[in-house]
Amino acid sequence: MIATLLALLIVIALAVGIAVPLGLVLGSVPAVRHATRAVIEFLRPIPSVALIPLAVVVLGIGPETKITLAVYAAVWPLLFNTIYALDELDPLLVETARVFGADRLRVLFFVALPSALPFVITGVRLAATTGLVVLISVELLVGGSGGIGEFIMVARSGAGRMDLVLAGTVVAGVIGYLLNEAFERAQRRWVGWSSVTGEAS
Amino acid sequence: MTTMLEVADLGHTYQAKSGAHTAIDGLSFRVDAGELVCVVGPSGCGKSTLLRTISGLIRPTRGDVTLHGDAVRGVPEDLAVVFQDYSRSLFPWLSVQRNVEFPLKRTLKRAERRARAAEALDQVGLSGAGGKYPWQLSGGMQQRVAIARALAYRPALLLMDEPFASVDAQTRFELEDLLLKVKREHDTTVVVVTHDIDESVYLGDRVLVLTKSPASVVADLPVNLPAVRDQITTREAEEFVELRAEVARLLNVGKTEAITAKRRSDEAQAAKWVAAERAANRERADREAVAD
Repeated sequence: MIATLLALLIVIALAVGIAVPLGLVLGSVPAVRHATRAVIEFLRPIPSVALIPLAVVVLGIGPETKITLAVYAAVWPLLFNTIYALDELDPLLVETARVFGADRLRVLFFVALPSALPFVITGVRLAATTGLVVLISVELLVGGSGGIGEFIMVARSGAGRMDLVLAGTVVAGVIGYLLNEAFERAQRRWVGWSSVTGEAS
Repeated sequence: MTTMLEVADLGHTYQAKSGAHTAIDGLSFRVDAGELVCVVGPSGCGKSTLLRTISGLIRPTRGDVTLHGDAVRGVPEDLAVVFQDYSRSLFPWLSVQRNVEFPLKRTLKRAERRARAAEALDQVGLSGAGGKYPWQLSGGMQQRVAIARALAYRPALLLMDEPFASVDAQTRFELEDLLLKVKREHDTTVVVVTHDIDESVYLGDRVLVLTKSPASVVADLPVNLPAVRDQITTREAEEFVELRAEVARLLNVGKTEAITAKRRSDEAQAAKWVAAERAANRERADREAVAD
């Protein structure tokens, strides 16, 4: 279980590190977005489980395999949420910032990023759930890297300890539930302003 | 008096797939330092385009904007804008205090920023609200925050784009007086774009009247009202009443002509009927005379 959780934390960190900057670039520079559109639309539908054999050949059966595959799956929701967040950015906010002397970089960091934050947190939430699913799948199918998936697989084989199999499944479910809950709380706490629509009058 | 803003032969044409649209054309005027000039025009006449070119947000297709002697290329350093839509121009994730500090981030240290923001908030009567968030305030208060933010920046020129169009009448009066007070105290140069005739006369040292799109200046009227104005007595003053009628006439030139034309044709029609009736009467009278 520790192996899975640790891997998941690494997956989330890597996915955020890759998808958010990439999303900011793609979302704010239309030319780059159009240029990379074909590549992204080709890569996105490939299920990460289908990449398992390839990843095993290239990376072996260590934890890097499951982490790589989970990051691959987790990047997409985060990337698209970030891009959409920039599409939703109010042009008047940008104009306001520009009028008060903010250059492009300042607009990006002090206007675009904070305004995108609620979407990004939603993206992280989705990424975490997807990441967990892929991690456990790879643990189940490949083995050798510990974690809940391998625990379930081992319990199933041989003596067929169905109680342990179920226990593993329940633990996986509880982790998923807690993750989602934690992110929802973070969202309410940090970006509560975004759920307040309309005017207080 | 030194000239703060000079707009010379300004024109802007938007290029779109559906064709070109000329929003302003051959606009020229100047604003002296310390003056408050109101720009009124019919809705959709290109007022916002004018404001955006002055603030350097868009580059005009022809003509020049000069701010205290420097040609405007890009957004000038010492210019602040208050937009109509306060709910969209305040940063929702920043507290009121931090919203006001936002423009000062580049130039001032934290302690100085704080002091400036507190001072500006105090000026607009929001000294206690610094820790609140914009969405916790009423519309009028949000616009006060936007004004405080502009003031804290200490701009050479304050541009306002229909600043009081989205608040209720009572709040609008309060904010108008607030603007006049602040302007008197700081000797700020202000350009207010509005479509409200009364407001333009009430606020302005001068009123610029624009034509329909493509906008150009049709009249430049000085407002000879005392510097200290009052929502009730000023609005009753003869000068105020005359001036607002004058502005209204200038804005309605097209409409008045149409009305006059219609009335003329109505009158002609009526005259024909009258003539016809008279002729009929005469005929009857003649017949009766014959019968006699």
